Amino acid sequence: MGLFGESIQFLFDNSDEFLTLLQEHLLMVLIAEIGAILVAVPLAIVAVRFDRTRRFVMTFGSVAQTIPTLGVIALVYPILGIGFTPAVFGIWLYALFPIITNTITGLEDVDEETVRAAEGMGMTEREVLRKVQIPLALPVIFAGIRTSSVLNVGTAYLAFFIGGGGLGVWVISGITQFDNPQILAGAIPGALLAILADRLFATIENRLTQTVGADAGATTA
Amino acid sequence: MIEFDNVTKEYPDGTVAIDDVSFTVERGTTTVLVGPSGCGKTTTMKLVNRLEDPTSGCVRFDGTNVEELDKIDLRRDIGYVIQEIGLFDHMTVRDNIATVPELKGWETERIDDRVDELLELMDLPPATYRDQYPTELSGGQRQRIGVARALAADPEVMLMDEPFGALDPITREDLQNEFLEIQSELDVTILFVTHSIDEALKMGDKIAIYDVGKVVQYDTPAQILRSPDTKFVEDFIGADRALKQLQVRQVGDLMQGSKPDGASRRPDGRVDLQSTNGTGVEPLSAAASMQVALSRMIQHDVDVMPVGDAGSVEGWISRDAIQRETRVETEVRS
Repeated sequence: MGLFGESIQFLFDNSDEFLTLLQEHLLMVLIAEIGAILVAVPLAIVAVRFDRTRRFVMTFGSVAQTIPTLGVIALVYPILGIGFTPAVFGIWLYALFPIITNTITGLEDVDEETVRAAEGMGMTEREVLRKVQIPLALPVIFAGIRTSSVLNVGTAYLAFFIGGGGLGVWVISGITQFDNPQILAGAIPGALLAILADRLFATIENRLTQTVGADAGATTA
Repeated sequence: MIEFDNVTKEYPDGTVAIDDVSFTVERGTTTVLVGPSGCGKTTTMKLVNRLEDPTSGCVRFDGTNVEELDKIDLRRDIGYVIQEIGLFDHMTVRDNIATVPELKGWETERIDDRVDELLELMDLPPATYRDQYPTELSGGQRQRIGVARALAADPEVMLMDEPFGALDPITREDLQNEFLEIQSELDVTILFVTHSIDEALKMGDKIAIYDVGKVVQYDTPAQILRSPDTKFVEDFIGADRALKQLQVRQVGDLMQGSKPDGASRRPDGRVDLQSTNGTGVEPLSAAASMQVALSRMIQHDVDVMPVGDAGSVEGWISRDAIQRETRVETEVRS
């Protein structure tokens, strides 16, 4: 029996634990992602309107993304302690930046002349944002959301270090015990999860762009 | 309808975009602002719908200083067409055209009727185009939608900023002609910006020629061609001023009654002249430009052309008359 077979065997032997870990993992990723979208998108919209905030957020965002994921988790620990909630907080924090930077970029990249036409026809600033800028920026905003959701699946593995549970439990303890089947049994579902998360948001994006009327070809991978 | 009263626009960095400009756009006419890039013509236009406000002086819309009007309402009452068109790519043609009526809160049924009416006017069958997206259309079709969108809420005034500038020459000419036709059916006052003197001469009832930040001449096309006020205007019109003059004058203006020797009308409506070897020439319309008249004379190698239609000949236009007119006009200088 090869390594792959062994890891499947391991998974079936420990299916109850697997389901618990998977559920924890999924919850961490989803809560953090939804929280990140709810905070990052409005924040970016505000930031775009004020030049100084925009520059600050963009700089901070690019720098923050260079902090290793483990660093973020480590930073959370002394402040919030250990457990599920601190882990979700850490993942959420890390998920914010791709969404913020993409939303800002997306809004700013909307063709200036299109915005000028909208203003010239008598749209208020709010109407320009709601009817023109946001719908046209949606593909880029969603690219950010998808990136962050894939990142989240990976970041959630590190939750193990602060007692957040999730598939990281198998992978990291597997590494310390040189237990390859256990590592794979924890890692492969995560890879599938990342792909799934990406597809999920791609589907939501398609639905959204269809209802606001953008052509379906505007989806970006 | 629109008055510019000693308007100056200076930007915070000290650049003076327009310097003490005054002129009036009469109701129902087309006034063209023409000049080289960066001369302030677009800025002048933006003062009307308050995308910019003047540093001093004022712009009056129907007698009211625009700065006293609500920006948003003002813009919804003014049609706006730009070179880049600025269609909303995420909306259908219908929704693009419906933009201002929707902002104004029209009922859906009224909007739908209006959209179809405008698509018909633009020669785009509604059934085919209503639900298409702008990205599926050609440049010419996109600009037609841009014009339709600007006309949607029946504005009294249209601002057109190089609307046909990005189109290929053939499409541009088609759209210019279509637009002249549409305009003659509508009672709309138009302020039109272009950098092409030919377009200005073709589209304008009045032309304001800009040098850097200043209006150097404001007059009818014929008058500008006849007597350019300055060397700048003369250079801007170009060396082929005499030919351009022929473009803006109509055959009817110089038509004469006396029938030339040997001319006779044929049953098919064509006219035989002494030198046409029996094939005859088709009469010119009185509305044709003198340039067309001269071109046809050269083509048929004749010195005189009949004016009228297939049914009757109303008069005659001679090469001499055209040349005499051009010679005199270009020599008179103020």
